[in-house]
Amino acid sequence: MSKLDSKIPEGPLEQKWEKYKSSVALVNPANKRSLEVIVVGSGLAGASAASSLAEMGYKVKVFCFQDSARRAHSIAAQGGINAAKNYQNDGDSTYRLFYDTIKGGDYRAREANVYRLASVSANIIDQCVAMGVPLAREYGGMLSNRSFGGTQVQRTFYAAGQTGQQLLLGAYSGLQRQVGLGTIEMFARHEMLEVVNIEGKCRGIIARDLISGKLERHFGHAVLLCTGGYGNVFYLSTNAMGSNVTAAWKATKKGAFFGNPCFTQIHPTCIPVSGDHQSKLTLMSESLRNDGRIWVPKKQGDTRKANEIPEEERDYYLERRYPAFGNLVPRDVASRAAKERCDAGFGVGTSKMAVYLDFKSAIARYGHSKALTQGINNPSAQQLKDFGKLVVEEKYGNLFEMYEQITGENPYELPMRIYPAVHYTMGGLWVDYNLMTTVPGLYALGEANFSDHGANRLGASALMQGLADGYFVIPYTIGAYLSKEIATKAISTDHEAFVSAEKDAQGIIDKLFAIKGTKSVDHFHKRLGKIMWDKCGMARNEKGLKEAIAEIRTLREEFWKDVRVPGSANDFNPELEKAGRVADFIELGELMCMDALNRSESCGGHFREESQTEEGEALRKDEEFAYVAAWENKGNHTYELHKEELKFEAIKIAARSYK
Amino acid sequence: MNLTLKIWRQKNDKETGKLVTYPVKDISPDMSFLEMFDVLNEELITKGDEPIAFDHDCREGICGMCSMFINGRPHGPKRGVTTCQLHMRSFKNGDTIVVEPWRAAAFPVIKDLTVDRSAFDRIISKGGFISVNTGNAQDANNIPIPKPDADASFEAAACIGCGACVATCKNSSAMLFVSAKVSQLALLPQGRVEATTRVKNMVAQMDEEGFGNCTNTGACEIECPKGISLENIARMNREYFVANIKS
Repeated sequence: MSKLDSKIPEGPLEQKWEKYKSSVALVNPANKRSLEVIVVGSGLAGASAASSLAEMGYKVKVFCFQDSARRAHSIAAQGGINAAKNYQNDGDSTYRLFYDTIKGGDYRAREANVYRLASVSANIIDQCVAMGVPLAREYGGMLSNRSFGGTQVQRTFYAAGQTGQQLLLGAYSGLQRQVGLGTIEMFARHEMLEVVNIEGKCRGIIARDLISGKLERHFGHAVLLCTGGYGNVFYLSTNAMGSNVTAAWKATKKGAFFGNPCFTQIHPTCIPVSGDHQSKLTLMSESLRNDGRIWVPKKQGDTRKANEIPEEERDYYLERRYPAFGNLVPRDVASRAAKERCDAGFGVGTSKMAVYLDFKSAIARYGHSKALTQGINNPSAQQLKDFGKLVVEEKYGNLFEMYEQITGENPYELPMRIYPAVHYTMGGLWVDYNLMTTVPGLYALGEANFSDHGANRLGASALMQGLADGYFVIPYTIGAYLSKEIATKAISTDHEAFVSAEKDAQGIIDKLFAIKGTKSVDHFHKRLGKIMWDKCGMARNEKGLKEAIAEIRTLREEFWKDVRVPGSANDFNPELEKAGRVADFIELGELMCMDALNRSESCGGHFREESQTEEGEALRKDEEFAYVAAWENKGNHTYELHKEELKFEAIKIAARSYK
Repeated sequence: MNLTLKIWRQKNDKETGKLVTYPVKDISPDMSFLEMFDVLNEELITKGDEPIAFDHDCREGICGMCSMFINGRPHGPKRGVTTCQLHMRSFKNGDTIVVEPWRAAAFPVIKDLTVDRSAFDRIISKGGFISVNTGNAQDANNIPIPKPDADASFEAAACIGCGACVATCKNSSAMLFVSAKVSQLALLPQGRVEATTRVKNMVAQMDEEGFGNCTNTGACEIECPKGISLENIARMNREYFVANIKS
């Protein structure tokens, strides 16, 4: 038997999940009380899973490295959350959301999972509103929607430019409610360092108390990794400084396969890099592409200021190349188009590695309609501008402020300068339909798994997936496993497996301190980031990837000889935390390049220069690569590739076109 | 830019701390305040000293983790921004900048500029939620909510829980934080069901954590990076008063 069994239920696509829900084994309430679940990570997936499982009666422990569950990086998601509600009466349906997501992912996602995601999407909105999440509303009191890339309907729900914040605080409030009720025990400022397996099943974790430095052993009948993505492998990304791959990576060392590691999303609209000191990149929400128009000058190396370039000398290249979707093409397409223009010498700003995102026409358009509602039929130019600004401010005010804080420029007057940046990782731990990894009892939810977005994620779908996994999928699928565990008593953490896992974690810490080298952790992280961005970023080729693998190996050896970790292990020591994370990023980086090298087709965010159409669009090779690449960690930096074939039954696989 | 930093160093909550002076050179005005700290820490590590511990994570002003008391003001001299969004262009070459942790009895220092704000989580767990289990919800558009109410609720919900309000208050009061959550839920029909018990339980926990009383100085509103309004405190007082009459 193949090692990869996706456990997709039989039956027609639309009935799979309904049938599964009615037939999956249940755990009775009395037995739930003696079953313990560990949740690592407290973002949308982790918080929603933890509170839902606790409400059902399971004993739950939640771990996060931040000082509070409320700070998980889901909080920074700006634009919105998709749901097939069809409140706008514009032809949306579960099938359309499913179709858009599969197509957006360039036919590299599993149909059954994506259909399930689309079908629970509407429940998420209901749940969040019931919990008091103040989503944006129209004057009639109904919920408001907007559009995101890769779709032709308005299905995105939002709360200004702070949708992630509002949804996370909603999930966090549910989590804290259970903490108050004593059904969840919360461990903030704790980092998971090892997975503990006993007799082939995951039975717990080793976590480090980040304040005292003490290693702790925690037992669980099941462990859920909700630890987010690994975009920080690039050093500069829109991820939080602490976002890391350590939990997922440690899981691969204990038997969990890693799916499609090379699938990373480069987001088209971020504030460009401004100097060597820069520590992170800031996203400007995709929602801005509803109203902003992207352009560069038609003349190469044009040094005029944006406002001095007349309309007819501007190249709105997305509208030109993709008339059907225009500025709302998917992220991978928009990012590559920006890179293409900048590489060809049309970039703007001091670095010439930026394009304009311009709100002039939106301000004029909104100004006109606002003036009419104010009873002004012949508004002056100034009135149009003032009214238009008011409307734009209401929609995107916080984003405009953020832009001004960082760049010192006023985006109401001058177009924004933007450039693509690493944002999200579609790859992650391989999971089956139950969200279980290849280790029984070890699950991965949200961005930490590989499952729903294929080779490119559509905007406003990350929040949807995180909450779908936590609120509506895992509460059912975990029963399939735990119903067979009701006879398993809690295992003592004196068990040799816990002792040896703790020894492994301690060994790495001791090794890091023993090096006493000359260079800081950041020094290595920056070098890794540069290799990854240059050779495994927006465009990849065989030669570059081979070089990258060799360079990363050298970097890894240097790291273990020359890194300096100050302070001590029995103390609050952020440098030690970073060192452990960067050590894992270096190993992951190598695997990402191996995966990118193996996949010699282009698909979604993975663009192999060798595989493109004459027009420079991504060219898939379906006969060869319609599979999920799941990598098994064989130790000593060797990996074995397993393939999960992707079968498309409901959708006809086709070339992806947004023209 | 060349600057003189006076930074609070404290090994842990047991030992006493002190201000230590660090000169920094060649700081770009485009750096964020935290990136300037990165530069200083890199220097300290290379010299073999221990870097300065400070909380930070998203670095885009939304997670609420960063928390520096800069020249006597939480999050520094600019209004409406967190420390991570404060840029060095807000300072002048040659400036001396004093950086301390949040100071409040309810926020004990963990190390250097890092403090323990878990009191906020405990307050939320006493009532900062609507008791609806997963799967219980009706269609989201079944309860129309007037746009002004939804907007006001959202404005209160924009609180990032950083604790600047407590840090700046001479009484170390947490009224702005607590009232923002009470207001967000009190303004929504879904939240009215538990409004009475919510406000009483949250206020009781706030008192138990050792936060001070509110004397309406309004410093919290001025220093709040998210512009949470003092009106929320008035609303919470009204809710609290009504709740006590009812019971």
